[in-house]
Amino acid sequence: MARIELQSLSHSYGSAPGTSAAYAVKPMTMVWEDGGAYALLGPSGCGKTTLLNIISGLVTPTKGKVLFDGVDVTALPTERRNIAQVFQFPVIYDTMTVAQNLAFPLGNRGVPAERIEARVRTVAAMLGLTGELRRVARGLTADMKQKVSLGRGLVREDVCAVLFDEPLTVIDPHLKWQLRGELRRVHRESRTTMVYVTHDQTEALTFADKVVVMYDGEVVQIGTPQELFERPAHTFVGHFIGSPGMNVLPASVERNVARIGGVAVPLARVYPNLAGRGRIEIGVRPEFLQVRSGGEGLPAVIKRVEDAGRHKIVRAEFNGVALAALVDEDDSVPETDVRFVADPDRVHVYADGVLVGG
Amino acid sequence: MEKPVSNRAWLLVLPVVAIVAFNAIIPLMTVVNYSVQDTFGNNQFFWNGVGWYKELLDPSTDLGGRFFAALGRNVAFSLIILAIEVPLGILVALCMPKQGPAVAATLVVLALPLLVPWNVVGTIWQIFARSDIGLLGWTLNHLGIDYNYTAGFFSAWFTIIVMDVWHWTSLIALLCYAGLKSIPEAFYQAARIDGASRMSVFRWIELPKLNRVLLIGVLLRFMDSFMIYTEPFVVTGGGPGNSTTMVSIDLVKIALGQFDLGKAAAMSIVYNLIILATCWVFYTVMTSSDSSRKEGAP
Amino acid sequence: MTVALDHVCRSVRGEDHILDMTATFEPGTINVLLGPTLSGKTSTMRLLAGLDPPTSGRILVNGRDVTGLPVRERSVAMVYQQFINYPSMTVYENIASPLRVRGAAREEIDRRVRVAAGLLRLEPYLDRMALQLSGGQQQRTAIARALVKDAGLVLLDEPLANLDYKLREELRAELPRLFEGKDAVIVYATTEPTEALLLGGATATLHKGRLTQFGPTPHVYRNPKDRITAQTFSDPPMNFISVELKNGFARSPAGVTLPAEGILKWLPEGRYDVGFRPRRLSLTKAPALIPVKGVVAVSEITGSESFVHIDVPGERWIALTAGVLERQPGQEIEVYLDPTRFFIFAADGRLVHAEPHGEERR
Repeated sequence: MARIELQSLSHSYGSAPGTSAAYAVKPMTMVWEDGGAYALLGPSGCGKTTLLNIISGLVTPTKGKVLFDGVDVTALPTERRNIAQVFQFPVIYDTMTVAQNLAFPLGNRGVPAERIEARVRTVAAMLGLTGELRRVARGLTADMKQKVSLGRGLVREDVCAVLFDEPLTVIDPHLKWQLRGELRRVHRESRTTMVYVTHDQTEALTFADKVVVMYDGEVVQIGTPQELFERPAHTFVGHFIGSPGMNVLPASVERNVARIGGVAVPLARVYPNLAGRGRIEIGVRPEFLQVRSGGEGLPAVIKRVEDAGRHKIVRAEFNGVALAALVDEDDSVPETDVRFVADPDRVHVYADGVLVGG
Repeated sequence: MEKPVSNRAWLLVLPVVAIVAFNAIIPLMTVVNYSVQDTFGNNQFFWNGVGWYKELLDPSTDLGGRFFAALGRNVAFSLIILAIEVPLGILVALCMPKQGPAVAATLVVLALPLLVPWNVVGTIWQIFARSDIGLLGWTLNHLGIDYNYTAGFFSAWFTIIVMDVWHWTSLIALLCYAGLKSIPEAFYQAARIDGASRMSVFRWIELPKLNRVLLIGVLLRFMDSFMIYTEPFVVTGGGPGNSTTMVSIDLVKIALGQFDLGKAAAMSIVYNLIILATCWVFYTVMTSSDSSRKEGAP
Repeated sequence: MTVALDHVCRSVRGEDHILDMTATFEPGTINVLLGPTLSGKTSTMRLLAGLDPPTSGRILVNGRDVTGLPVRERSVAMVYQQFINYPSMTVYENIASPLRVRGAAREEIDRRVRVAAGLLRLEPYLDRMALQLSGGQQQRTAIARALVKDAGLVLLDEPLANLDYKLREELRAELPRLFEGKDAVIVYATTEPTEALLLGGATATLHKGRLTQFGPTPHVYRNPKDRITAQTFSDPPMNFISVELKNGFARSPAGVTLPAEGILKWLPEGRYDVGFRPRRLSLTKAPALIPVKGVVAVSEITGSESFVHIDVPGERWIALTAGVLERQPGQEIEVYLDPTRFFIFAADGRLVHAEPHGEERR
């Protein structure tokens, strides 16, 4: 278990460092507390996997330091960093049995046989692999193999951190529900520092205490799932987290009223004069947009209604901008004189994409 | 669902059947024909039934003794060169650079021996190993080692084995190299994280993934070395004595040297059957390991 | 044009991959094959494409038997999970390739490539090499190639599985519109119930090589024919409890007792499986709800929704609530079931009663 510190860390793969575009990871400083569950969330190419590999030592950063519990490990190779990692696609030792696979990281480190046996049993029980322990790993299905990979990541108790690189990609939706829950439980029980890289918001938000949202090599926001959902610090976060993402509408803001195409939208707070602060937009999540018939609100035109099961997604357009709102499965969508009404408490103001405090 | 049946398809196969018959079946039948007859020259043949076969497969007879001795040498030769070439080839493949400009250079150097024709290989080594003017032979003798492949049993064997290893280790190395390159990087990363030693990486990742190419490599090398003729013929001529006389060399001796067509024909049929049987064993092993692999596939 | 499977079976080395499958896929809508890995989605697609022959049964196109017809004589386009393009060709050449093969005129090719590129928003990349593109653009190129081919049958085998979450959302929204107004039959395989719902159209649920139900997507979702279908078509997974209904109470073998209220009141006595979707499991007390004691196993928050996994005797349930709701793992709590929201399955798995929705709820 360890506290992980990244000190003015940056990395570029290209031969021309210095230009900001060449960075896979732009300069950043960050502290991950001992025993925390963190997620690195972002689209592909945002640098999240590079960052993970820097922590595990598979990649040496161009600049900056990595500290485990205050000790500089930047120059240490992976095998001396005492970490465990689970990869996107199952990495298993084909010719070993499941039990041998799980025991491998322990055996290599000279853990006594009884201890190995006990740990293998515990981890196997946790992942539902007890019945498969004697099987040769080659014959397993893809999701079983990935469970074995997960097991190898979790089998050592003394690791500084367990790193996950999109570990549930090959897992079927139903099993995902189960495994996500297991991972969270393992974290709670072991209190090992865990870092989880993914592009899937549900996985990131449900796994982590703190989610680090990355975009183009930069960290755009660090926060709890609730913070990221309720107060996205950047329009990118609003868009990337939430399904559908946050509605972002160009507007003008005057004190506590925003105007979109001549329609007033009340705000919960009074904003200072934003003239000269760049592009002004307001953001409101589809969850906080009500669709009513008549009265106040944005007279957007409904384009189509998607049935997502437990709710309907109403896709509309106002002033040339697309809007989405959620309506409960049991409620009907009004057809005449439609108005989209935002909860003032949930409307945020952004200047050049960055959240403006009220 | 019934598939349409048309006998006209047979017509289309006919040319192939004719060609195969002309260049494989007819010559083979000639050999079969010889193998059941005896001749005392003058193009006169007498029916001998399975007489040659009986003699051939009975080690106490002159012919049988000769055959089994040669067969034993063949097996020994194949096993020795496999025991050297397979580990050596794997080792070479493991040491080869994985990327950079050195890759192309290594590949060319390794491929060179494979491009040299058999009789040229034989000639090269015949000269290279001569104790009077050959670099290898001269050096060994000046180091105080009594080395003369035309006179010594061990010298002769040493020469043909080293020659074969020089000629063919590259094949195993190249096959293994291709196999190693196809292992995803994540496996090595996982092994580092699991704290695996270099030896465990080899034992648990590389070797299992090489399994298939190795099987093909062993098959190719076994069959090829089992049928070896040119190189020992050029270098040692089967000597000293009969010490490097392989079945193929003996066959030629009997057929063309002594003109015992019947004996030689029987011998080549049996030799052929042994090779076919070995091929079949390899094929079965390969396909069965294939299907056990498929069952596990998602 | 329609494509139909008529009692199609396929087994390989004695192992059944597809069992007695009968379905007719119509044009003008997306036909979704929904099921977990190894449920037979890809096998079905290969049969439809003609890549594999069925062991028995027929495949019909417009009512004509095409079972023995080789692939190249059928009008089929396929998009795979992996992004498959010609790496040494530009995007333009990639999209044009099926037309080139057919020997179409130069102007015709150019026109159709540009239309397809426009629909998939690939115009800026037409001169780039396919390998230089991002995953999303590569898959768009593959889809454009399938589109331009103008095939009668378009097979999409988990085309979005290797894409980022957000890209997936974007492309999924565009897909149904790409094929609008065409007389092509679209078959789309996915493991995700949410994806099936959002694509709309018709859904066939698959389980272990069997087609369990086929119909309009919302209908299958709300009226699953049996327990397996309900399970396949629910994300988060549907909660279940097996009970024996007797003397006004429904008792589970593990000792959970529910009073026979709501629909349970009207059922004849016997064994049933009661199912309810996670959003119908409440953590707040209300008068008409049935309380059940349980222990919190895991609590997950996404910001917009919260999932609490609860262990009740014999079962693990998930409760889905909008907003933020956290419970400490290990905590003993009461959860509340809404007896008007039950799905009831008979002991053999058949649906007896579906959760009423919309108008049915008065």
